Amino acid sequence: MAALLPLSLLAVAVFLFLSAWPAIQFNGFAFLLHSNWNLGNMYADPVTVHGVQVLPRANYGVWFLIVGTLLTSFLALLFAFPLGVFAAIFLAEGLGGPARTLGSFLIELLAAVPSVVFGLWGYLVLIPALGHTVYPWLADTIGRVLPWFAEPTGSGYGLLTASIVLAIMVVPLITASLRDAIVATPTALREAGMSLGATRMEVLRRVILPGQKRLLVGVSILALGRALGETMAVLMVSGNALNSLPHTIYDPVSTMASFIASQLDSAMQDPTGMAVSALAQIALLLMLISVAVNALARGLLWMSGYRQ
Amino acid sequence: MTPPRSFQIRRSRRMLDAATWAAATLSFAGLAFVLLHLLGYVLSKGLPAMHWSLFTQDTQGIAGGLRNAITGSLVLTGFALLLAVPVGVSAGVYLAEHGDGWIGKITRFLSDVLVGVPSVVLGYFGYVVMVIGLGWKFSLLAGSITLAILMLPYIARTSEMALRALPSALREAAYGLGCPESRLVWRILLPSALIPILTGTLMALAIALGETAPLLFTAGWSNYLWTGHFTQEGVGYLTYVIWSFIGEPYPSAHQLAYAAAFIITFMVLIINLSARLLLLRRR
Repeated sequence: MAALLPLSLLAVAVFLFLSAWPAIQFNGFAFLLHSNWNLGNMYADPVTVHGVQVLPRANYGVWFLIVGTLLTSFLALLFAFPLGVFAAIFLAEGLGGPARTLGSFLIELLAAVPSVVFGLWGYLVLIPALGHTVYPWLADTIGRVLPWFAEPTGSGYGLLTASIVLAIMVVPLITASLRDAIVATPTALREAGMSLGATRMEVLRRVILPGQKRLLVGVSILALGRALGETMAVLMVSGNALNSLPHTIYDPVSTMASFIASQLDSAMQDPTGMAVSALAQIALLLMLISVAVNALARGLLWMSGYRQ
Repeated sequence: MTPPRSFQIRRSRRMLDAATWAAATLSFAGLAFVLLHLLGYVLSKGLPAMHWSLFTQDTQGIAGGLRNAITGSLVLTGFALLLAVPVGVSAGVYLAEHGDGWIGKITRFLSDVLVGVPSVVLGYFGYVVMVIGLGWKFSLLAGSITLAILMLPYIARTSEMALRALPSALREAAYGLGCPESRLVWRILLPSALIPILTGTLMALAIALGETAPLLFTAGWSNYLWTGHFTQEGVGYLTYVIWSFIGEPYPSAHQLAYAAAFIITFMVLIINLSARLLLLRRR
């Protein structure tokens, strides 16, 4: 029965590939590089292209999804990394005993909150706050210098909001593993540093953190992988752009994961089944990307001796 | 009395230290604030929306109760647990007892990879294979199997860790008394590792309860109580209510979404908390 675990993963990969095959035949690889997702004329008779049936004028370019996915995830990591590292420093160096347990528990609870509840909170709390006050202020200050931050700030749905929500969701991963690593540092290392006259923070900066470089890189990539596949929260705050690339940091975006979720209803209307197949192609692509990212992260973490 | 000048730490060093402390404190405070704000928000919106009729009525369009969704969430995750626990625990036993060869290494790696597969991808797999391919339509079985695949690696991992932590003297003593391996696993290893395995299973349950994306494609939705059919019939669940009803322009729909968010969040937190307490008490 134990074999069912690896078999289920293989089954997911194989069946997604089979389901995506008609779309792969129709799209080739060009679909990766243009932003033109169009299900075609639903009321016309299907035509045959490359040996498969599709609706006239159907097109499945997903460049805007790839850009949206990468931008939101990298931006999220950019926010989450310093936040997670500093929070870990606070927990490991600033707190001890029951206070540390309680503090760590608070941060780890962030990882337990369901994604859709983050979406709800982002939709009802974050979007009005950011859209009405923070973003106009950002545009008025940084926006004068950097065009990415300039007007129009939109309604609050978009790239920056999605990244902030994602950052909060992946922070616990970084904090928990770094905290454990700092706490587990041999006392002799600390004492050696202190005896040379370094302060506590200098020991941390010069001795402890440099020793955790691999762990930090590995866990960041792991967090990136988590952000790439996040669906519901992004779906609710990203504005779900179609066929458009963001010009400013406030513009609506779509990610591969959220697009699969939002497009299934309309894809089911396609009588040729090509739209469902094209979504399977996106799912396959997303799976390949996250598997590659995760395998890289696991490899690095394994080398750093950290195993969850 | 100030120390001699040569013993003082230079101001630039002290400033950098203070800045690090400040950033650390602010980061932690910010994250804690976000968590407490989120929980407080769900509580303050959800509590006024709670009503006895939520538990006695089914959803009618965008009003009514949540009986169908609450039971649906429980039935979906319950069946998923029923499927995932035997497979996950036996994978854990295999990995802990015989997992040092190349088969074990590959299995462990694939299990780690499975954790990283986005849940929406698993959901789409469930959709093309079970909902369409096998013709089950949106159904309980499709939803439960998808959730079970999601839970598998977590259960396998915690079971493996729990069994590996048991002293090898236990195994040697059992073999020394002439115990066959099946008896060793069933009567000695699994009972000794019961608590950590239970903890891991509870954590996986909490994750599955809070999932939405894989169920959108597999369980569908239903305004009625689960009728006992495993296929052909959609099942309602709480997270769908949150996502779908908050976008409706009607206050009654919003009230249901708040109530659903309240129920699911605190159910997940309580399960998470009890799993941690279980582990703490044992130490």
